[in-house]
Amino acid sequence: MSETVTTEGQQRQQIQPRERRLAGFWRRFRRNKLAVFGLVVVIILFLTAIFAPVIAPSDPDAQDYALTLRPPGEGGLMGTDSLGSDVFSRVVYGARISLESSLISVGIAILVGVPIGLTSGYFRGFWDEWIVMRIVDSLQAFPFLILALVIAAILGGGLGYAMIAIGIGFIPAFVRIARAQVLTIRSLDYVEAAKATGTGNTMILLRHVLPNSLPPLLVQTTLAIGYAIIAEATLSFLGLGAEPGDPSWGAMLFQAQSYLSTAWWMAFFPGMAIFFAVLGFNLLGDGVREALDPRTYD
Amino acid sequence: MAFLVRRLLLTLPILFIVSVICFSMINLIPGDPATVILGPEASEHAKEEMRNRLNLNEPIPVQYVDWLWGVLHGDLGESLIDDTPVSKLILERLPVTIELALGAFAVSFTIAVVVGILSASRRGTWVDYLSTGAALGGISIPSFWLGMMLIIIFAVNLGILPASGYEPFFQNPVANITAMILPIIATGLRESGELTRMLRSSLLEQLGSDYVRTAFSKGLSRRVVLIRHAVRNALIPFVTASGLQIAGLLGGLVVTETVFQLPGLGRLVVDSIENRDFTTVQGTVLTITLIVVMVNVLIDVLYTMIDPRISVSSKG
Repeated sequence: MSETVTTEGQQRQQIQPRERRLAGFWRRFRRNKLAVFGLVVVIILFLTAIFAPVIAPSDPDAQDYALTLRPPGEGGLMGTDSLGSDVFSRVVYGARISLESSLISVGIAILVGVPIGLTSGYFRGFWDEWIVMRIVDSLQAFPFLILALVIAAILGGGLGYAMIAIGIGFIPAFVRIARAQVLTIRSLDYVEAAKATGTGNTMILLRHVLPNSLPPLLVQTTLAIGYAIIAEATLSFLGLGAEPGDPSWGAMLFQAQSYLSTAWWMAFFPGMAIFFAVLGFNLLGDGVREALDPRTYD
Repeated sequence: MAFLVRRLLLTLPILFIVSVICFSMINLIPGDPATVILGPEASEHAKEEMRNRLNLNEPIPVQYVDWLWGVLHGDLGESLIDDTPVSKLILERLPVTIELALGAFAVSFTIAVVVGILSASRRGTWVDYLSTGAALGGISIPSFWLGMMLIIIFAVNLGILPASGYEPFFQNPVANITAMILPIIATGLRESGELTRMLRSSLLEQLGSDYVRTAFSKGLSRRVVLIRHAVRNALIPFVTASGLQIAGLLGGLVVTETVFQLPGLGRLVVDSIENRDFTTVQGTVLTITLIVVMVNVLIDVLYTMIDPRISVSSKG
C-alpha cells in the first residue's frame, strides 16, 4: 500500500509548480498541532533574542549584593542569583547567546559538510568510498559531546571556539545526508537529460542536485540547531564555552550548581529555557519532515 | 564466519583513522604545545623537556608509529600531572562508567520497549500522543540539567538519595547503588526518548506490512500478532540502532559524571582538560571510542546469530 502512494506522491511533488508545492506543504504542516506549537516556540525564541533589551526588566550583568539569592516573586519573576543579578533578565539575554551560537555552529557544519557530501556522492569512486566516507564513519564513532569538548579544549576554550567545535561535530551528519540525496538524484531522468544536453558537472550540482536535496537538509538543520543548543549549554557548563559570568544558559547552570540546596530557581529556569528552545526546534523539525513526506499526502 | 571476518576488516580503516585523530590531538594544539601545556611563564628548559617527553622533536610519522606501537602494547603514555600511567587511570575509572552505561541503557531500553509498543499499537489515541510527546520531551532535556533537578527533588528536598559520594560496589554495595540511581535515571531518561521513537516507527512499519495482515486474516488475536510477529521483527532494526546510541550515551556521561561527582571516564576527560593533561585526554578518548566501535561490531555479530537473513544478504 505504502509503496504506490510513495511513488505517486513523489511524482506529484515533482510535477507541481513551486507555489502549489509550498501551499501544499503549509497546509500539511498546519494540520500538525505539535509542529505549529514548535514553530510558535521558535518564533518566540527569536523575538526574545532580538528584543532582549526591551523584555528584560534589568541589565543581566547588574549585580546587587543586597539582593542575593532571593526566591521568585520576592526578587523578580525568576528570583535573583548568588551575585544579586535578576535571573529572568539573564534567561532572556541567554536566548541571544544560545541562538547565535547554535545558528553559527550549524552554519559551519552546512558550509563544510554539504559541498563535501554533494561532490563526494556525485563523483563516487575511490575518494568517496575510501576517504570521505571512512573519515565520516570514524568521526561518528566518537561520542559527539566528547569530540566537541576535546576540539574546544585543543583550540583553547571560549564561546567562539565552542561554536567551531560543535560545528565540526555536526559535519559528518550533513555529509551523509547530502551524499544520500545525491546518490538518489544523480540517476534520475532530469540529471541524465542535463548531462545529455552538455551541462557541466558544477552546473548540474548547483542547479539540479542541490535544490532537490534541500528538503531533508532543512529537516536536519532544524534538528541540529536544537541539539547545538544543548551542546553549547553543555560546553559552557563545563567551562569550555561562554565565560562563567556571561548570561548563557549553560554558564548559568554552572553557577547554579553550587546553590542546588539553597536556590533551586537558579538551576530551574535556565534549564527550562533550554528545554523549551530545544523542544521547539525538535517539534518544528519533525513537523517539516512529516509535511515533506509523500506518504502523508492526501 | 565469513561475515565476522568481513565485518572486522571493515573496522580496520575506522580504527586507523580514529587512531590518527587521537594521535593528532597534541600536534593540533595551536602554537607550541609545550607552551600551552606548561603555561607561557615556563622556562625554555622545561618546555624543551616537555617536547622531548611528548616526542615532539621527531618527524610526525615517526611520532605516530612510536605512539601506536605503545598503544598496541597497552601503553597509553603517562599523565602529565603525576606520571601515573594513563592506562592505570583508565582501568581505575572504567568500572564506574560501565556501571552507569549499563544501568542507563537498561533504563532507556525498558522504557523504550514498553512505551514504544504501547504507543504504536494504539496509534492515534491519547496514549500515543502522550508517549510521543514524552519521548520528544526526553530528547529535548539536557541530561545534566535533569540530573540537577533530580538532586534538588530527591537529595535536597526529600533527602532519600545522595547527590554524590561514590563508593565501589564491592566495598559497599548499598552505598554504591544509592549513589548510582539518580545519575542512571538522568542519563537513561534522556536516551529513552530517542529509542522510543525508533521502536515506534519501526513497529508501525511492521504493522503495515503484508505478513501482519495475513496473520490477522488467519484469525490470530491482536496480542499474538503484536508480540509474536510484529514486535519480534521490529526489534531487529531497533537493536542495531540502540547500539549506535552507545556513543551518545557515553558522551552524555561526561556531564552526568561531572554533576554527580562520579569518578568515571567522562569526568577523567573533563578533569584532564582542565589540568591540560593532554596525554590522559588522548588515551581516555581513544579508549571510549574503541569501546563504541567494539560494541557496534559485537552487536552486528550477535545479529548474524539471531537473524540468519543478515549474513546471507551481506554476501551479495
